[in-house]
Amino acid sequence: MPTLLNKKPSAAAICRPAAPALIFGDLWTYDPAPETAEPKLKSRYELFIGGKFVAPASGKYFDSINPANEQKLAEIAHANAADVAAAYRAAKKAYDQTWSRLPGQERAKYLFRIARLLQDRAREFAVAETMDGGKPIKESRDFDVPMAAAHFFYHAGWADKLEYVAPGRRVAPLGVVGQVIPWNFPLLMLAWKIAPALAMGNCVVIKPAETTSITALKLAEIFQDAGLPAGVVNIVTGFADTGAAVMGHPLAAKVAFTGSTEVGKIIMRSLAGTDKKMTMELGGKAANIIFDDAPLDQAVEGIINGIFFNQGHVCCAGSRLLVHEPIAATVLAKLKQRISVLRVGDPLDKNTDIGAINSRAQLATIKRLVAVGVKEGATLYQPDYALPAKGYYFRPTIFSGVSMSQRIAREEIFGPVLSVLTFRTVDEAIEKANNTAYGLSAGVWTDKGARILKLAAELKAGVVWANTYNKFDPASPFGGYKESGFGREGGRQGLLDYCKLV
Amino acid sequence: MTRLPITKTPKVYVGGAFIRSESARTFPLRDAAGNFVANIPQCSRKDLRNAVEAAAKAGPGWAKRTAYNRGQIIYRLGEMVEARRTELAAALRLGGATATAATKEVSATVDRLIYYAGWADKYEQVLGSVNPVAAPYFNFTVSEPMGIIGLLAPPEAPLLALISLLAPAITSGNTVVALASSAQPYPAIILGEMLATSDLPSGVVNLLTGLRAELIPTFATHAHFRALGGVANKAEQTALKLGAAESVKRVKLFAAEAPINWFSSEQQSVDALRAYLEFKTVWHPIGA
Repeated sequence: MPTLLNKKPSAAAICRPAAPALIFGDLWTYDPAPETAEPKLKSRYELFIGGKFVAPASGKYFDSINPANEQKLAEIAHANAADVAAAYRAAKKAYDQTWSRLPGQERAKYLFRIARLLQDRAREFAVAETMDGGKPIKESRDFDVPMAAAHFFYHAGWADKLEYVAPGRRVAPLGVVGQVIPWNFPLLMLAWKIAPALAMGNCVVIKPAETTSITALKLAEIFQDAGLPAGVVNIVTGFADTGAAVMGHPLAAKVAFTGSTEVGKIIMRSLAGTDKKMTMELGGKAANIIFDDAPLDQAVEGIINGIFFNQGHVCCAGSRLLVHEPIAATVLAKLKQRISVLRVGDPLDKNTDIGAINSRAQLATIKRLVAVGVKEGATLYQPDYALPAKGYYFRPTIFSGVSMSQRIAREEIFGPVLSVLTFRTVDEAIEKANNTAYGLSAGVWTDKGARILKLAAELKAGVVWANTYNKFDPASPFGGYKESGFGREGGRQGLLDYCKLV
Repeated sequence: MTRLPITKTPKVYVGGAFIRSESARTFPLRDAAGNFVANIPQCSRKDLRNAVEAAAKAGPGWAKRTAYNRGQIIYRLGEMVEARRTELAAALRLGGATATAATKEVSATVDRLIYYAGWADKYEQVLGSVNPVAAPYFNFTVSEPMGIIGLLAPPEAPLLALISLLAPAITSGNTVVALASSAQPYPAIILGEMLATSDLPSGVVNLLTGLRAELIPTFATHAHFRALGGVANKAEQTALKLGAAESVKRVKLFAAEAPINWFSSEQQSVDALRAYLEFKTVWHPIGA
């Protein structure tokens, strides 16, 4: 029988009795609801250089694994320095001979086309993205792919309006831009990087992450279908050595990197002796602050979304929950109840909330940091439902009783792990939220408008979500303070990082 | 009998006070003919750290001033410089500038301050935005000062360049620790006296004199600097960028090798303000 939990309401909620929660437990199993669209994968993906798919000079390929079942999806070319150099030559040629000479309106038309062609094949791309990266199909279908198309559509319209980007100044493209992106939003990060660069008139050499190359190379098919001039976008796949070659190539007028703060610093050091422009989109350890006057059920949904969206593989994830002390017990109880009904499993199932961890290596990192949390004395809560036997999965995890000095409150875990801390006053919340080397994002949950605006001003973070979390839009600039990096992506402000003033 | 004039003891302006270096070191200032003029403080790494501490204390209060108030204070700095044009021109002439060139530089310096004073309550409307997101949210982007900015002034146009670097930084609410040109430190010493009488809160601008080679490593690595700017040669730029990587500082350096015309109108723009601003985007739901 379903259990009817009829708990005594807390003192705070006494005037508004909560509806009893229905917990069905393991009474029924859900029928599977797999998304069945054909992802149209190839067995082997080559490099995309000069408008063509070409075999790597290295002759080497590596396997791309489906993290949901550990099966090989395809083999991917491993670009070496010679391949990267060929990509830069193709980009430079395209820049000099074609792209920089095209009127903005014509560049715009290509980007509009790309957006439309991606929308046409949205479901196919969503399935491919989910198989390659492990994210739930409902996220790749409803967020990653449509948002990637939206980025191309938004930036397309800028290409012939660049005189409005920098008031009082004329802008010019930089030339060839080298870009390295992470595995958490493979297609979307590609769009974030390519669309503004192309709109501004630059050409691109881009390296996807080694675990998630497939949708990048599928998008290259769309570039061909759109008739994008050869060499405007070049995609080189591979590992850190490939990335280093992309960042360090002398033809790169600018490099843009999204990834960990650790790697960002390595890149900054390696380019210290050069005049390359840089933008860095690095890690985060965002505070999500909930006050006692917040609409609690709405806030709990936002907190869950903030940390468990995309298995917590989100640089702006709300991984530190700061709870106002009077409601700490209530919020924690609601969170535990909420994660007990999340569905973890097959990412292709349309009802799955939390899919597969992106790679074996990332799963090991998450497990290591969770073990540190337990060892340092925080209280661990994980629901006890069964996980699939094959594949990389991790239960949603809540640590309570966390203190500011513990590693789980300071280091980016990049997984479905929430650290819960408490505060008493607004000033304490601000102090704790800002007491980090990072500054990418923050969340505030309260009913008071004046308090939202105060916190929005005082939180040292590039994005502040008030009574919401993890919202993105091509028109909305995104980027960090402090060690979360510099430069913005999206909006007019983001375009400024892809041009020079003349 | 001719009267023996009272000579000035040059002191640097740090945290609202006029100090000698804690190291008690000085280096001689000589005029263009090579005659001794005075002893200039040779500030140490400890002086630099103290200056950063003063800038850190002043930062939150300065950033919270209204834009109108910051604009008026920078305008008043312009008034102070205008009132002491002769003295500043004399300081520039010590470094070899002709009377005409010195006067021209002082005039340009005042004009630059007035230019930025006027920006204080306007740049936000030019650089910020309300963003039309495809969902029911009110979404806006505002700018905020970065924090403490480290600046390295060049020997060319030692007064105008220094003001061109620091004025945009403080206009938007940053605080500054600047190293005056090692070869031309005296105008910065005099400028400190004007900063002190301009209503600018103590610690908002801190001016050091000393040797670049000695202080650049600390500029590079001091984690409280959020950005580094100014003029540096290739080797200095590499050292500054290497240090900046450790705490992901923003670096906005001009190459010392390329001539910069500090008098040009291109050296004053809203983009110079933007160089020391962070952009913050806020989302808020629209609905009941």
